[in-house]
Order: sequence, then C-alpha cells, then structure tokens
Amino acid sequence: MNAKKWDKVATAVLTGIAGLIVLLLACLLGYILVRGLPHVTWQFLTKPAQTFTKGGGIGVQLFNSFYLLILAMVISIPLSIGAGIYLAEYAPKNWVTNVVRTAIEVLSSLPSVVVGLFGFLVFVIQFKLGFSILAGALVLTVFNLPLLTRNVEDALKSIHFTQREAGLALGLSRYETVKHVVIPEALPNIITGMILGAGRVFGEAAALIYTAGQSAPSLDFTNWNPMYIASPLNPMRPAETLAVHIWKINSEGIMPDATAVSAGASAVLIIAVLLFNWLARVIGKRVYRKMTAA
Amino acid sequence: MADYDLTQTHIIHLDEPKHEIALSTEKLNVYYGENRAMHDASLQFERYRITALIGASGSGKSTYLRSLNRMNDNIANSRVTGKIMYRDLNINSDEIDVYKMREHIGMVFQRPNPFAKSIYDNITFALKRHGQKDKKYLDEVVETSLKQAALWDQVKDSLGKSALALSGGQQQRLCIARAIAMKPDILLLDEPASALDPISTNTVEETLIRLKEEFTIVIVTHNMQQAARISDYTAFFHSGRALEFDETRKLFTRPKIKAAEDYVSGHFG
Repeated sequence: MNAKKWDKVATAVLTGIAGLIVLLLACLLGYILVRGLPHVTWQFLTKPAQTFTKGGGIGVQLFNSFYLLILAMVISIPLSIGAGIYLAEYAPKNWVTNVVRTAIEVLSSLPSVVVGLFGFLVFVIQFKLGFSILAGALVLTVFNLPLLTRNVEDALKSIHFTQREAGLALGLSRYETVKHVVIPEALPNIITGMILGAGRVFGEAAALIYTAGQSAPSLDFTNWNPMYIASPLNPMRPAETLAVHIWKINSEGIMPDATAVSAGASAVLIIAVLLFNWLARVIGKRVYRKMTAA
Repeated sequence: MADYDLTQTHIIHLDEPKHEIALSTEKLNVYYGENRAMHDASLQFERYRITALIGASGSGKSTYLRSLNRMNDNIANSRVTGKIMYRDLNINSDEIDVYKMREHIGMVFQRPNPFAKSIYDNITFALKRHGQKDKKYLDEVVETSLKQAALWDQVKDSLGKSALALSGGQQQRLCIARAIAMKPDILLLDEPASALDPISTNTVEETLIRLKEEFTIVIVTHNMQQAARISDYTAFFHSGRALEFDETRKLFTRPKIKAAEDYVSGHFG
C-alpha cells in the first residue's frame, strides 16, 4: 500500500476511535438523563430528603453541595494562585523547587478516598472539627489544590517570555509585570481551570463521606446566622452533599422510592457538572476577549 | 571558520564628538556561568546618532546590547562586570534601581511583543504604572509616539482595537512607539527588523532615521546593508569581542581588522 492509502486508513481508524468515545459518553449521559429527568421536579429540588417514606427531595443536599463548593474554592483559589505564581515566576531552578513540584504531582494523583481518610484523621479527629462543612471544605482543598496550582502554573508558563521582557524593558518591576501583563493574559486559562476544578469538586463523594459526613440535618432557611445550629450557613454542621447522597441511597437507602431518588439526583449532578464545563468555556472566552480587547 | 587574531583591535575613541557621549562601556564582560560571552568591550555611543552593532550569529552583539539596560540580570547564572556609564553614573552597580534606569534606556526586541491589550493601552500602560494619570497628556503621548513610529495614520481610528490584530510590521512599530512614549534617552534595538518583510523593514528604518533627532540609538543588526544605510557608527563583534569600532563610512569602505573586512565583504567564515 502506498502512503496515500495508509493515510486514508489511519484517518478512518482515528475517526472511528474518536467516534466511539463520543458515542460512549453520549450513551452514558443519555441513560442517566432519560432515567433521572422525569423525577426532577421543583418539589424534588427543594424538599428535604426522607429516610423511610416516599417523596423525599434533595433540597438540603443540593444546597450543601454548593455551600461546600464555595467554601472550598474560597480557600483553595487564593492558595493555588499564590503557589502557581511562585512556581511559574519566582521559584529558582534548583532541587527544592523540584521537590515541591514532585510533591504537588504526587498529591494530585492520590486517590480521593485516601485524601478523605487523611481528612478524617486530621481535621475531624485531631482538629476536633467533627463531621462538618469546614472539615469537608478543607479536605476538598487538599484534594483540589495540587490540580489548581498546576493549572495556574501552566497557564502562566504558556505566556511567552518576550511578554515579560516587554514589561521589564519599560521599567516595570517583575511583580508589576507579572501582575499586570502576565496574569491578565493567563486569566482566561486560569478561570477555565478553576471552573473545571469546581466541577470536579462538586461531583466528589469519596473524600467527603468521612469529613462532611453522611447526614443532612434539616435546615432552617429563615435563620442565616452562621452561629445558629440549623442555619444553612453554619460551617460546623454535618452536611451530606448530592454526590454522597447518591452513594448512600444506593448502598443503604431504605426509602421505598430509592431508585427514583437516586436516578433524579444523578441527573441533577450530571447537569450541574455539565453546566460548570459549559460555563468554563463561555467565561474563559469572554474574559479573553475583554482582556485582549479583541 | 577562519582563525582571526583576536588581540588585534581597532576601536576609535570619540575625543571631540559633536554631541556628548550618551552611554559608554568600559571593559564590559559578560559571563553565563563559566562561559565568558563578552570580553572587555569598551565602546562609546554619541547622542543623536545611530550606532550599529554587527557580527555573525553568536558573536556577542546581542549579549552586549542586552547588558546595556541590564536585561541580562534576568538570566540565571549571568554576571556582568565592568562599567556602563550613563550620565556620569555607573549603572552596572547594585545601588542602581534597574527599573528606574530602564525608563531612561528603552528597548525594542527582535520579535514584536505587544501586550495583549488595545493599541492605546499598549502605549499608556507603562506610563500609567509609573504614575501618569493625566488623560490629556496620555492622549497626546499616544498620538505623538504613534506618529513618530509612522503608525498613526493606520491606527488612529482603531486605538481601542487589540494590538494583536496588527500585522507584524505594525506590531513592531507599535513596540517602538511604546518604547519612545516613555521618553527615554537611549533606545536599544535588538534586530528589530529581522522578523519583518522588506517593506516593513524599510518603514522601520525610515522611522529610526527620524528618531535619531531625539534619541540615541544603538541597534543590533545582522543585515549589513541596513547598518550601512542607517548608522553613523558601527561596531563589529566577533567571538565575544568588539574588534572594530569606527564611523560606519570608514568601517564599511576601509575596515582595519581582517575579520571585519571579511565580514563586510561577505567572505567571512
């Protein structure tokens, strides 16, 4: 066979593989959505869960997921940006930096259940935080920080060094150059990475089972004082998230409509994660346009 | 490559220049780790003149240029010894605020590197960072520097557009405008036209000839015709040394050093 024919064969094979992956993803999504969406009603989204009877919702879990996500991101975004800037712009090229970088890589490949057990021992037991949103947020930070740091570092490093030279040659300090030239240009990629990270955190279950806990005490949505025990904002209360809820119903759920609740909750979770991915693209593009005046 | 006698040099000393000496180096050495990239370069740059630095790739001309505003500081393991005299001040010393110094000694690079900002912001950005807030002044600087860089007529109606949408030649002229907007004394250019097509190159050259009425220009070029066309003085670099420095007219018609003679006549290497 000649090169031209081989090229055609290769193209066909590669297209086939890519098609297979897309098909697989489509089937999975379709299955979850078709099975789950019929159960998703406003009632379902807002009502608290039931342990023994039919008709429970996922309102509290949904709220918990978002609250936990926000807390986790509030802690991990500044840390990862600081660490990423240091690694990309300031870290000298020596063995210490290499050790830090390797540590981050190892940390990012730890199974989330291991991170969860670590969080249980350290945050829940040692720091006496108990099963709480705070413990959950901290463990999600440990889980997410390496990936976010890596994302920030990569985003900054993808900005060409001539941009830094341009800033320095105009009499800007290194810090000014990083802050006003490099970061704005890297911002779309940083934001995209952050939102994708948020999606990952939102769907996380294993790390939260032993930290944020598996119970969702009913919340009093009329009292937003964070010190009040049933307040939605209280960071010290146990908080089962949507992903943990799905895991729990499927392993030990005794409500009569467990299958339906599980299917509905899965559909909502998938939609939320898809939304994060879509948002990442849209916002990334918009910020880029704004930053570059394109 | 032919072996040239590196001890033989012809470096003129400007005893009675028409204008003052804006910048000079005395025994400038640059080291990258153990590697000595520049040997005892002592040159003078007269104000309102264009001085070209020529030589083959790896001769050290860019290394020399980049040490003049201490851009080599950013390279790990680099070390520069010797004096760089600017306004009776040795700027190659630790006490110098390099950021302040670079406001006086600007630089334009080989590849156009406009910021991913609008044309207007590209020019005003550094000025604003240095505390200039007067909108009228900024508008004025944008117009005059773009005019000086021969770009105004093409962009005056689209100052809010991204600089990245400009062509390569336009981007490079924007970078020149950005540099002169700082109102520096000295403008260092590192092969500013090497990534451009002949027409853009021509425009940049014309721009430089006009700019020398206000600035002292030092330009690295690998293009000998360019050096001959636009410069008043030329320094020839070889093997990390400045071997010959003279008026451009003399260096190109009657080079004193064998290596320079071979280089300008095209028999080099």
